[in-house]
Amino acid sequence: MKRKQWIACLCILLCGGVLLWFAQLLLVPKYMSGNREGAMTAEYYGDGSTHDVLFLGDCEVYECYTPPTLWAEYGITSYIRGTPQQLVWHSYYLLEETLRYETPRAVVFNVYAMRYGEPQNEAYNRVLLDGMRFSDVKLRAVLASMTEEESLASYLFPLLRYHSRWSELEAADLQYLFHRDSVTHNGYLMQTAVVPKELDIEGEPLSDPTLPEICFAYLDRMRELCEEKGIQLILVKAPTNFWGYYWYDEWEEQMVSYAGEHGLPYYNFIPLADEIGLDWSTDTYDGGAHLNVSGAEKLTSYFGAILRETFGLEDHRADAELSALWQEKCNAYEAEKNGGTS
Amino acid sequence: MQFNSIPFLLLLTAALVLYYCLPLRRRWYVLLGASYLYYLAAGAEYLVFILYTTAVSYLTGLWLGRRAMRDATALAAAGELPREERRARQAKDRRARFRILVGGLVLGFGMLAVLKYTGFVLSGVQAFVPTLRIPELLLPLGISFYTFQSMGYLIDVYRGKAQPERNPFRFALFVSYFPQILQGPISRFGDLEPQLFGEHRFQGERFRAGLARVVWGYFKKMVVADTAMIAVRTLVEQELTGAYVVLLILLYSAVIYGDFTGGIDITIGVSELFGVRLKENFDRPFASRSVKEYWRRWHITMGTWFTDYVFYPLSVCGPMQRLSKWSRAHLGAALGKRLPVYIATIVTWFLTGLWHGAGWNFIVWGLLNCLCIQVSQELQPLWRRWQAAAPRLCASRIWGCWQALRTFLLMGLIRSLDCYRNVPLTFRLWGSILTDFNWGQMLGDLTGLGLTPADWGVLAAGVLVQFAASLLGKREPLRERLSRRPVLLCACLTLGVIVILLFGSYGIGYDAGDFIYGQF
Repeated sequence: MKRKQWIACLCILLCGGVLLWFAQLLLVPKYMSGNREGAMTAEYYGDGSTHDVLFLGDCEVYECYTPPTLWAEYGITSYIRGTPQQLVWHSYYLLEETLRYETPRAVVFNVYAMRYGEPQNEAYNRVLLDGMRFSDVKLRAVLASMTEEESLASYLFPLLRYHSRWSELEAADLQYLFHRDSVTHNGYLMQTAVVPKELDIEGEPLSDPTLPEICFAYLDRMRELCEEKGIQLILVKAPTNFWGYYWYDEWEEQMVSYAGEHGLPYYNFIPLADEIGLDWSTDTYDGGAHLNVSGAEKLTSYFGAILRETFGLEDHRADAELSALWQEKCNAYEAEKNGGTS
Repeated sequence: MQFNSIPFLLLLTAALVLYYCLPLRRRWYVLLGASYLYYLAAGAEYLVFILYTTAVSYLTGLWLGRRAMRDATALAAAGELPREERRARQAKDRRARFRILVGGLVLGFGMLAVLKYTGFVLSGVQAFVPTLRIPELLLPLGISFYTFQSMGYLIDVYRGKAQPERNPFRFALFVSYFPQILQGPISRFGDLEPQLFGEHRFQGERFRAGLARVVWGYFKKMVVADTAMIAVRTLVEQELTGAYVVLLILLYSAVIYGDFTGGIDITIGVSELFGVRLKENFDRPFASRSVKEYWRRWHITMGTWFTDYVFYPLSVCGPMQRLSKWSRAHLGAALGKRLPVYIATIVTWFLTGLWHGAGWNFIVWGLLNCLCIQVSQELQPLWRRWQAAAPRLCASRIWGCWQALRTFLLMGLIRSLDCYRNVPLTFRLWGSILTDFNWGQMLGDLTGLGLTPADWGVLAAGVLVQFAASLLGKREPLRERLSRRPVLLCACLTLGVIVILLFGSYGIGYDAGDFIYGQF
């Protein structure tokens, strides 16, 4: 081949590469409406500021605690790195990644995911892992999380996963080609609907109540990581009142025992619902499974007091720069709340 | 490790780099290493079977070679012998070598028979003995292909057409050569040996042609075959009748063509990357004007294997010659002459069907092909008369197209036996083509078959591209022409890769990945 031909071929290959890169940008789901949860992981990188508290877990964190309330009432800065059905190893790798950007004073981990010892669903892996920035942590997270049908290559080149979306493209795919809107309030995904709880719950008998070993292994790693960085790890269980999210006494015993053994604070808010002031006829948007914004504010208010009194987290409201930043966040939060988007 | 998988592409890349880094004489080591790695990836338990076949055919080949040499030396040492005595001695030696050959064939085919056909035979017996338990046996990857290739080698050594290979590692590569182990082509030792162990320098043009062929194969497999397979699965699972059966025939033709010829394109293309040239396995089969011609153009290496190692030996064997004599005497010259040919043809097609799968569907498939060929043969005088009566029409392009279309539909109909779960159901569904005139319903229901309108568009475009490439490459394959124009080739390859990545059926949500012939 002559030199000119080599150059022409290289140019063609480069154009092909650019075209594939563009196709990937276009075909990757944007999650700007509908399943907004898919946009939450990546949204964290745009926040820029540091936080006193980092929340980790599934829908029981990103729908139950509101960082703007925590700021407004206690001057505590926080961020929720929650995603749907976030498993313990997901939380561990998110923690490891977050600690590369900041060192919060406390990490709050919701223990509901302790029940799952195996990857559950490709979709939940995707909404979390696709949003993570490329790093060795992401690679390890992918390898730990993949279901049998998934491949590492499809996480490195998401085009391999989403190539068939070409026939379902919408205007939003073009609109959000190079940027995304914010869908949460520091990780809090607001739900404003009210669907009261109707039936009393009763969990079906468990065949094996033992929480998987692998979950405790990852919890150990989270604990060690926090100890290493001087971070207070706090275990919580969000209040629920729905059969599908039943928290069994056997699980509770194991968590109490683990927390006691390692000197970790553990708060199960299910029996504290009345003390928190939760009203299951007005504070849930899905019949008792998760809290709506009203319930989330009540829980945050209650938990904020614990963070302040038990863990001594400072009030930053006197900090002008932080106040300005958080005022903006609170305004956006109030606007959505009053707008009634859910 | 499927051809359309990332591990295969990584293995191929690593093997290519290593291959061209090693000295010329040692390059085949890389092929052997890659072949065993490829095989190992399918499951370590399968390794035992390929090693067994390799050992049996290697040792039998050596034995045959040594025996032949010993017989020849002894005959030479005996000096001038009377003609009759010389012939008797040669016949005795041949019989001894034949016994060695039969021993090797029994051991080689025996394993294939046990692993592939035990379940089928026992399921037949189970009809009479319901308590009989059918064991679940492993079916190693590509067992039919490597067994046939190895047994072909033994027959060639016995016939003196190939010299026995003395180096067990070189022989192991002949049996296990990774690009072709999954679905052929079934190579002869005499053809493959110089290619595998020849000293291949890197040649840009050849490499580019190979690359083009690989990408073309992936296009056929992933864009056409795997997309069509989604609808085929629905049609088969729901056992839809009438017009849907016609649709299945058309779609399954696209599937099998894209899948098998695409797989062979990848095989031959990958081999070209290493400088290894394999025999072609297809020659525009859907342009065939008769079933006989079709089988000269489709899966050529399998067809020639059965012709050379089953049909011809069977036609001229002692019992068949005696039958021929007897039938000429008792049934008349015409039928007497044909009877042995009929029998040899039926046996050959029965075995061809059985090779494709352990099931009545495949046996009936083979016998129907045989029937079509025999009927066509018998009707030759009638065709000749028709040609004489309408010479212009018969020489016209329209007539040629009609013949090709007729053959395509007939072969498609017979081929649909691959799809349905048993023979009676297949026949019933074939019958429904004539009784259920549900064309309107079928056309209105196309999106209910698992493909969106966009998918149908991709499928139609893919088929058209294949058709156009077949027409344009009538005299010389397009890739050969393109390989002489590197910039254009580079553009086509880049475009091909983009099209495959975007429009191919792969990843989660698709379940059509396996190559169909890999299961045979």
